[in-house]
Amino acid sequence: MAEVLVYVDHVDGAVRKPTLELLTLARRIGEPVAVAVGAGAQETAATLAEYGAVRVLTADAPEFADYLVVPKVDAVQAAFQAVSPAAVLFPSSAEGKEIAARLAVRIGSGIITDAVDLEPGDEGPVATQSVFAAAFTTKSRVSKGTPVITVKPNSAAPEAAAAAGTVEPLEVSFSEQAKGTKVTSRTPRESTGRPELTEAAIVVSGGRGVGGAENFPVVEALADSLGAAVGASRAAVDAGWYPHTNQVGQTGKSVSPQLYIAAGISGAIQHRAGMQTSKTIVAVNKDAEAPIFDLVDYGVVGDLFEVVPQLTEEVKTRKG
Amino acid sequence: MSLRIVVCVKYVPDATGDRHFAEDLTVDRDDVDGLLSELDEYAVEQALQIADEADDAEITVLTVGPEDAKDALRKALSMGADKAVHVEDDDLHGTDVLGTSLVLAKAVEKAGYDLVVCGMASTDGTMGVLPALLAERLGVPQVTLLSEVSVEDGTVTGRRDGDTATEQLQASLPAVVSVTDQSGEARYPSFKGIMAAKKKPVTSWDLSDLDIEAGEVGLEGAWTKVDGADERPARTAGTIVKDEGEGGKQLAEFLAGQKFI
Repeated sequence: MAEVLVYVDHVDGAVRKPTLELLTLARRIGEPVAVAVGAGAQETAATLAEYGAVRVLTADAPEFADYLVVPKVDAVQAAFQAVSPAAVLFPSSAEGKEIAARLAVRIGSGIITDAVDLEPGDEGPVATQSVFAAAFTTKSRVSKGTPVITVKPNSAAPEAAAAAGTVEPLEVSFSEQAKGTKVTSRTPRESTGRPELTEAAIVVSGGRGVGGAENFPVVEALADSLGAAVGASRAAVDAGWYPHTNQVGQTGKSVSPQLYIAAGISGAIQHRAGMQTSKTIVAVNKDAEAPIFDLVDYGVVGDLFEVVPQLTEEVKTRKG
Repeated sequence: MSLRIVVCVKYVPDATGDRHFAEDLTVDRDDVDGLLSELDEYAVEQALQIADEADDAEITVLTVGPEDAKDALRKALSMGADKAVHVEDDDLHGTDVLGTSLVLAKAVEKAGYDLVVCGMASTDGTMGVLPALLAERLGVPQVTLLSEVSVEDGTVTGRRDGDTATEQLQASLPAVVSVTDQSGEARYPSFKGIMAAKKKPVTSWDLSDLDIEAGEVGLEGAWTKVDGADERPARTAGTIVKDEGEGGKQLAEFLAGQKFI
């Protein structure tokens, strides 16, 4: 059976959920071979084996942390040459996409980004993408070289399927470009204790209607009652009310949770692009004409400062 | 010596318009009004600020696209860029991102550069990989997704806000940078700027000017193939209630019915 190379996104050995989704999708096409680099690479093996990796290629060197992107491209290229896979899959993070793109140039392959589904096909894997602010769904494939495909978080439910997960050291010789861009400092993002925005099953977002940074705790309280991630519209982020890392929309994160709750968000195209594929959409907005109500499964026209706290209390009561 | 900045921009269908696909499954660029991709305005803005800080700098704005793409160049020129290059060739129709990066790399080299500035992604394709592809092809450092950028003494530095950490980056010129929509509001062209832009030079190159064979680009030369594009079915109309004091409770009832609580 053909092997499929899967790039592992991990933080010091802790595998991030989108990688488990990738392994699940990879098994539809072939036998997953994982490639993990950087500090803690070897510690990823147990989790990766549980989700179907037959082999785990690992490499660690200071270059992976000290320089941007290119050392990781060198590593995946080395893995590609060692494995000769049927496809190479990456998580659709900013970095994942950049590594994938540079690899594609080097191996003379086409690239598809932001797939939301992946199926085997007669002429190679077929990727489903959601385009034009999710107004269209396309089916595409790579027609030259070995398919390089990046997949969005939440595209598949991770399914455990135990495999050997044999750890094999990967020899990486760094290219001339590897040390081109130095990372002079790195400040890890402080954990909020809430789920990761792109991975969360429920997202509660606030927009212009929230009216100020001092009011965002109203949104956060609802999120916490539901165990949800907190998002924000571009208007709220541009106004400085909430960090850009929480922005949902075309220039922020694109999310596809089971439930999306929009509070005080009008639903401009910019925002819809990032949340339109959510399974269930709920909105609270003062303006009955707001375009967000065209998308909702349930909408409440009203003051979010009345409706949202009442909802939060009700959720708490029902959850006991 | 003058700092040579090339800003790569894209002419895109207006996102607020009714975007769709042409019969050959390429993006329909004829029936929808186009404009300079909003995310590229940030690139033009940062280039202008970098040029202001430099003793001597020249900004060339570069695009690949059909005749109408000149509109995007005019907008950038009216914001303050010095000159423009338009790569236009009928054989480019249907070119995918790998082909586009090849054309841009050749054009950037022909124009001459110390610094290439790009937006974080286009608003139509939204892949966000072109700056990395360009750096790979040019063999120069990639300093991408910056929310802050500055250039001093032949070195570019910037802040990259990633998913798990914020990084400070540094590289020697020549380099390719991309900037996010957090890098600073783009200026509006002034009336004077709009008038001046009419007199600024726009050079046109075709594939032969860049020594690129037609077969390397275009729909036939693409590295990827779109087999189908379907309009997403409209969401079925939901229930909308007006809050009469029980809106939160009604919403909770709905969520409970859907097993979210």
